[in-house]
Amino acid sequence: MDIYKALVDIVGEEFVSRNEEELYIYSRDSGLTEREKPDFVVMPGSAEEVQKIVLLANKYKIPLIPVGASLTLSGLAVPIRKGIVVDLRRMDRIIEVNRLGRYAVIEPGVTQGKLKAFLERNYPDLCHSMPDAPPSATVVGNILIHGQGNLSQLYGFNSTMVTGLEIVLPTGKICRIGSCSLSPYWFAVEPLPYLAGIFLGWFGTTGIITKLGLRLYPRKRLRDIEVFVLDDPEKVADVVYRITHTEMAEDVITMEQPYPMMFRDVVLVQIYFNGDSEEEIEFKRKMLWNSVMNYIRSRDGGFMFLTPDVQEDFLEKPASSVTRFADVMKGGGFVYCGAIIPVEKFAEALRKLKEIAKRHEITYGHVGRIVGRGHCMMFSFSFPFNRADRASMERAKEALHESYLATLELGGIPWKPELFAQKMILERMDKNAAELMKQIRGLLDPNGIMNPGNWEVEP
Amino acid sequence: MMDIHRCFRCGYCKFPDDFSKYNCPPYARFRFESFSPGGRLWLTRAFLNGEVDFSKHLSEIIFSCTACKNCAENCRMGFKDEIVDWIVSARREILERGLAPPFVRDFLENIRKYGNPWGLPRKQRADWLRAKKYDGDDYLLFLGCECSYEDRGRSMAKNFVEILERAGVSFGILGENECCDGNEVFMLGELGLFQELAERNKKTMSELGVQKVIAISPHAYNAIKSYEGFEVFHYSQILRDLIQSGKIKPGELRKTVTYHDPCFLGRYNGIYEEPREVLNSVPGLRLVEMERNRKNSFCCGGGSGNFVFDLLRGSYSPARERVREAAETGAEIIAVACPACKAMLDDAAKDEGLKDRVAVMDLSEIILRCGIS
Repeated sequence: MDIYKALVDIVGEEFVSRNEEELYIYSRDSGLTEREKPDFVVMPGSAEEVQKIVLLANKYKIPLIPVGASLTLSGLAVPIRKGIVVDLRRMDRIIEVNRLGRYAVIEPGVTQGKLKAFLERNYPDLCHSMPDAPPSATVVGNILIHGQGNLSQLYGFNSTMVTGLEIVLPTGKICRIGSCSLSPYWFAVEPLPYLAGIFLGWFGTTGIITKLGLRLYPRKRLRDIEVFVLDDPEKVADVVYRITHTEMAEDVITMEQPYPMMFRDVVLVQIYFNGDSEEEIEFKRKMLWNSVMNYIRSRDGGFMFLTPDVQEDFLEKPASSVTRFADVMKGGGFVYCGAIIPVEKFAEALRKLKEIAKRHEITYGHVGRIVGRGHCMMFSFSFPFNRADRASMERAKEALHESYLATLELGGIPWKPELFAQKMILERMDKNAAELMKQIRGLLDPNGIMNPGNWEVEP
Repeated sequence: MMDIHRCFRCGYCKFPDDFSKYNCPPYARFRFESFSPGGRLWLTRAFLNGEVDFSKHLSEIIFSCTACKNCAENCRMGFKDEIVDWIVSARREILERGLAPPFVRDFLENIRKYGNPWGLPRKQRADWLRAKKYDGDDYLLFLGCECSYEDRGRSMAKNFVEILERAGVSFGILGENECCDGNEVFMLGELGLFQELAERNKKTMSELGVQKVIAISPHAYNAIKSYEGFEVFHYSQILRDLIQSGKIKPGELRKTVTYHDPCFLGRYNGIYEEPREVLNSVPGLRLVEMERNRKNSFCCGGGSGNFVFDLLRGSYSPARERVREAAETGAEIIAVACPACKAMLDDAAKDEGLKDRVAVMDLSEIILRCGIS
């Protein structure tokens, strides 16, 4: 069977490649994980084309790797067993926005930037939960890895905001989940059995999402920030508890890094809040200040004065400072373990991060995001590296691997873990839960073609 | 290119500042990550490190960049101003290794031999244009290759010459003595040839005592500015000044017009308002903006020699996307200020079947259309 020709027949010659250049680019992401060249890269333009590709791959047992912007930095879209990379970014239509129902229906290639711009222009009173990944990251990709965004403190992981799914199953069937399975509306996946869970957090091993319903939220006219500074990390969990208790904050971010000097040895708690009027903003500001007044009075913490340019930098959405971390060593790279941990573990996690960095003689950075009202947080163990210096890359890789272990020791779970960390998780997971994962996968994907290597439970 | 490894491939470079659409012409056209600015830089590094062999496809990836500078405008990293230089250096490396693809080789060879990228005779450069040779006039009018040889560019030159004459401006041209300005040669990485062309033009102009130069093409404007020693104007600036000083007074034109910013005028030289001031001076003319304008303008796809070899052609070409975007504004005219843009967008309007709905006209043509007094 001439697979190339078959793919050309499905999507047209312009959107299939077996050139070395595309195989090289799609063999890696910007992190430090394994690399392997695919056999083909294909860019479908519709669910029907995705279906035909899946049917072809299933018939000939060829691995399929669905790809968004490939920005996980943990190699989740690297074709470790070769096969066909399916770049979904041509499917980038915003199909519907239901303003009164506050949801959107989008295709998998819609970027964070496109959805943000579209809503700001056409529905200025609506927004979605936007991560601080680059705007080129896809909305669906972020949801499929249980990403977090600027509304996660209010509403939880972005994956909880799904209102419906259209999926091409590994056997080629197109399946709809949620209200859209029996109604023209995409308002919720409840009250039906929660099938969406079979596809969220599975890294494309259970099917390819071709449409997604997403909750939108009120977008206030004004947005502001206060930054609370402490020098004792042990107090951060309580500060977060007090701030989240007010229910006045939109987003709560923690930050600690050795550079620039003004940030050294202090923890910054960035509190974002919003309002439709100055009055609302000032009321929220007052409530937030009052919530931590005891720390101000005891001189254990205080609010930072922000110059207009620093404030502008903090309010940028998405925060490009997160991306610029890659250029800290003028080296073009960083890796991070996003540890999902209880907030009470903040101080211990920070201690471990500094120990790991010191042990591997590497600089570090930390940015964390509170999820829910302090129900948990994403705590990043971040390490920059120099892409032109192999020793620096090795140090970062070792520090990263140690961070995965530290996360598990803290009672946390590595977020979007690379293969190495997936194995660590599965080894520690309740055996029956791991077995259930295996059974579900076996049932959905009998030929094991979907992003193989990921979430694979050893026999 | 010592720092080329610093690109993280985050993708900010693909967008305008509001992230609404893909704004990198080759990426928007082909959609493979390899055609994005980051993909191109990573492949360049892989080529230099010996991880990827040179191929026809690699040359298409590297030479399809139009050098529109959207990437530099929107990159968030400290090296943003070096990105275009890295692309130019990559091309230079390819040329120095003797690996120039045929379409680039022919482009450069024609300029080397004939002074223009089409390989047309030098005497045809300005024998069609009724304009006096420069002889100590106030301004030298520099035509550039597109306005000398290409039909749509020629009409731009004729129109502008007519306006200058009617306004009583003292100017002259170089005629056969004009040589390619070298902007595209530079962008294609042939720095030696660029220097040669620049020296030749400088010598000609200096010997004639030229002090002020008007360039119709923004590409020529950009190149001549780098020659140093001359005061250089883009023709939109001259038109604006002639209108403001009352030397020409445009008549009425009841049309809706959108303006397309050329990359080498806008992003490279910060000239955004003068062309708009020209259009806004026309009574009855309603100027509407495309979604992507000024520093966020979407390139027509003609830069870096692509107006000749057009690696981005096809139904997904940037020019066709741009014409569709212009038509969405309801404009009846797409105003341009660059001969390469005029040709690219004019062809695209035909291909899109929009020629009857939206006309591609340059600033001078619009001014003449409404009549001047």
